[in-house]
Amino acid sequence: MPPRSDRPDDYAGPLDQLEPLEPPDTETERSGPPGDRPAGVPAKPAAPALRPVEFARWIWRQLTSMRTALVLLFLLAIASIPGSLIPQERIDPNAVLAFKANHPSLTPLFDRIGMFAVFNSVWFSAIYILLMLSLVGCIVPRARVYAKNARARPPNAPRNLSRFPAYDAWETAEPRAVAAARARDLLAGQRRRVEVYETADETVVSAEKGYLREAGNLLFHVAVLIVLIGFAVTGLYGFKGSAAVISGQGFSDTLTQYADFTPGGRYDTASLPPFQFTVDDFNVSWKRSGAGVGTPLTFNADLSVTSRPGAKPSNYDLQVNHPLNVDGVSVFLVGHGYAPVVTVRDGKGRVAFKGPVIFLPQDSSFTSFGVIKVPDASPTQLGFEGYFFPTAALNNAGQPYSAFPDADNPVLSLIAYKGDLGVDSGPPQSVYVLNKDHLTPFTMGNGKPEALLLREGKTIALPGGAGSIKFDGYKRWVKLQISHSPHKIVPLVGVLLAIAGLLGSLFIRPRRTWVRLRTVDGRTVVEAAALDRSSGGDPDAHIADVARRLRPAADVDGGEAGITADCATADSATETKEHS
Amino acid sequence: MTETFAHISNNALYSATFIYVLAMLAHVVEWSMARELPAPAVTARPALVSAGGVTRGVTALPPAGSAAARAPVDDDGAERSDRFGRIGLSLTVLGLLVHAVGVVARGIAAQRVPWGSMYEFAITGSLAVVVAYVILVRRYDIRWLGLLVTGFVSIVLGIAVIVLYRPVGPLVPALHSYWLLIHVSSAAIAGGAFAVGALASVLFLLRSRLEAKALANPDAPRTGFLWRTPPAEAIDRVAYRVHAFAFPLWTFAVMAGAIWAQYAWGKFWGWDPKEVWAFITWVVYAAYLHARATAGWRGRAAAYVALLGFATFLFNFVGINLFGTGLHSYSGM
Ligand code: HEM
Repeated sequence: MPPRSDRPDDYAGPLDQLEPLEPPDTETERSGPPGDRPAGVPAKPAAPALRPVEFARWIWRQLTSMRTALVLLFLLAIASIPGSLIPQERIDPNAVLAFKANHPSLTPLFDRIGMFAVFNSVWFSAIYILLMLSLVGCIVPRARVYAKNARARPPNAPRNLSRFPAYDAWETAEPRAVAAARARDLLAGQRRRVEVYETADETVVSAEKGYLREAGNLLFHVAVLIVLIGFAVTGLYGFKGSAAVISGQGFSDTLTQYADFTPGGRYDTASLPPFQFTVDDFNVSWKRSGAGVGTPLTFNADLSVTSRPGAKPSNYDLQVNHPLNVDGVSVFLVGHGYAPVVTVRDGKGRVAFKGPVIFLPQDSSFTSFGVIKVPDASPTQLGFEGYFFPTAALNNAGQPYSAFPDADNPVLSLIAYKGDLGVDSGPPQSVYVLNKDHLTPFTMGNGKPEALLLREGKTIALPGGAGSIKFDGYKRWVKLQISHSPHKIVPLVGVLLAIAGLLGSLFIRPRRTWVRLRTVDGRTVVEAAALDRSSGGDPDAHIADVARRLRPAADVDGGEAGITADCATADSATETKEHS
Repeated sequence: MTETFAHISNNALYSATFIYVLAMLAHVVEWSMARELPAPAVTARPALVSAGGVTRGVTALPPAGSAAARAPVDDDGAERSDRFGRIGLSLTVLGLLVHAVGVVARGIAAQRVPWGSMYEFAITGSLAVVVAYVILVRRYDIRWLGLLVTGFVSIVLGIAVIVLYRPVGPLVPALHSYWLLIHVSSAAIAGGAFAVGALASVLFLLRSRLEAKALANPDAPRTGFLWRTPPAEAIDRVAYRVHAFAFPLWTFAVMAGAIWAQYAWGKFWGWDPKEVWAFITWVVYAAYLHARATAGWRGRAAAYVALLGFATFLFNFVGINLFGTGLHSYSGM
């Protein structure tokens, strides 16, 4: 007999005669100090005062218990929720700014507890690190137990088979040895591991199948770790960045060209590969009529790529699902927008600024917001802030809006400022924000600041001879995500292993079957019982099937035919499914 | 051509909704006719102990104790109730065929897989629910789930055709990828199975409450449709199997999404709201599978976890599509 366990909670009844179904470390050993025992389980005598080692061991057992794993999983789910409801820095920094502006009272608290960066916060990390610890603490001992048990023979039957729910018994005239041999052949024929225990009083045929389930389960849990390690490694040795490039302009892979750049902890920025490319053209088309008007149909950027200085440029058609790969770096097209081209003259009539300025799209009709800074204007610096409407229209209130994403009727609406832009001193500024601390708006006839409305080609003079602004036209720009993710194969392999392990874990159903034969008054008394070691199986059907096949045909209606006929019933169809 | 097929699709989906409602009514009649019917005779050998290897934590019920509890057998009534059950199933299968025509015609009209908007996700997802149900009826004879399934699908498809409807439109460029096929088909099938699993869990909870009451009061009469469903333990087993099928598929769908994201946007995982909720759903269902193996959580508690999992799945589909921002927001209206 295998060692008998004293499983505290879930194996009352007949099962207490079995070795634990899961390896001891997951649950059985929780019989340490205080513990959260379910009702009805007698508490052990109060634990003696804990010594540090024992205490540490107790903590470890708590951490690696199934119940803790369950609680940690729930915590992980709950902790993710704010990350989807509150804007996150990493995803949408503009939305974070807007949220902060709208909720000034919540902001300090949220900032302190990391609500704007939930997935990097201390508490989120704490939960998942604990879960990983628990996972390791769970896998290692289980793997050890499994290694020991994997080659074990099916154990002898517990004393009292009739206490199993899946149980049947019958009598037969067949000699014990013959019946036992048939039982063995039947179970072995179903690809079960079979062991026969023979004593003077009884013969027990013990069978087991489904050893690979535990292996699958362990593989799955290990693979979860591999996936996470894989993600960490690709991040650690790679980098992520983004850049906005105006059509007609170029990009070369140096730090200064990135709008943002996040190297992994182990990435050496000196090793940026020296490629460069020019965005020759950017094409976009929208659906113009019918259902789904305004949906983008296609967009693509024509690039000329030079993989290293001096190399011959080659053309590449960059699209959303068609990234550019060059020198281990991938360039993804993730967005696009408009860059109005303006000419600003200052009070002295000199051209103080001329060129395209990137405006950021605000909605699906590409109403775009942006600022134009003219630090070179004199006598005072000039600044503009406002909107670009690709297809301008007026709403009922007389306010302009964009009716369509394409540039059918481009209009620029700007408020002009004069004063000190603050670019010459102080901390570096965002190019998309106008610092108005030392700026005053130009006022129009009624003494209020008013937006200047510019059509393509139109020039508007600023009041008081401060200069003028001309809307020359527009260009398009593309937002590129540029990243280097080495060792992608690690998480990919992890994913495949996880799914393979999961399938094994969920679809292999370990089951123990016992047939006990005893001779009583010259007849053979046969008992059969089965126990599943995982949920989802139907041991009743299995035992019914075993009973049907083992009851000698002679007892039913004489002859092999009886058995065959019996097996063709609806019930045995169920059993067949069971095995499929 | 687009027009014709769009037209066929719309008509088919309206008809399918109507047929499902009829099927649901048939099942309502099935249930109400069984109100006075006694529980069928117990065929299985009474279990000797409550704790079984399969559904530890689910209590098997001894047979009714008194004559009152064993109401007289009414074979005619049983047959009448059963007939409406069969009608309900036939109508469901008919609805399924018409529904499938509607989805396929939509795809032909759009000349792509019909997975570009919330309307299209809803019609495809509800189709997956019915397919899962019909397959399981063939396999495990789960017709007892008919009322809940037809009710659920009538509601989803009804909302789709009435509220969510959008004329055939183009796919946004972000979806121009065969990964759409892999990612969405696995998610839809997993979703269909999750739905059936959730409905089975609801029935399990109802039935096990009934059994608990009967255990406390063995003499109370045992009549009504719920007494004609399989024992709680068997319902629980079906629920588990459906979830066990759906979970790896959902795992695959989420992982395929991550790989697609790496391919299209250069990062596996960006925690945009849709990804967050896909992750939450995954974690909750993992918790469900764990709960089934944790003392004190088997049975009813685990079933509630499964329902929670489905709630998070629905929230991702409804809540995040409607209010969400982020890279997935094109999947909205
Ligand atoms: C990242 C965290 C984890 C995830 C995503 C996870 C996921 C899963 C899944 C999906 C299953 C179902 C497979 C099956 O039923 O056979 C499972 C089973 C299991 N897990 Fe985990 N798990 C995690 C952590 C843990 C930890 C920390 C432990 C240890 C306490 C653990 C112990 C187990 C055990 C013993 C089973 C088998 C349950 C059974 O017999 O049905 N898991 N896990």
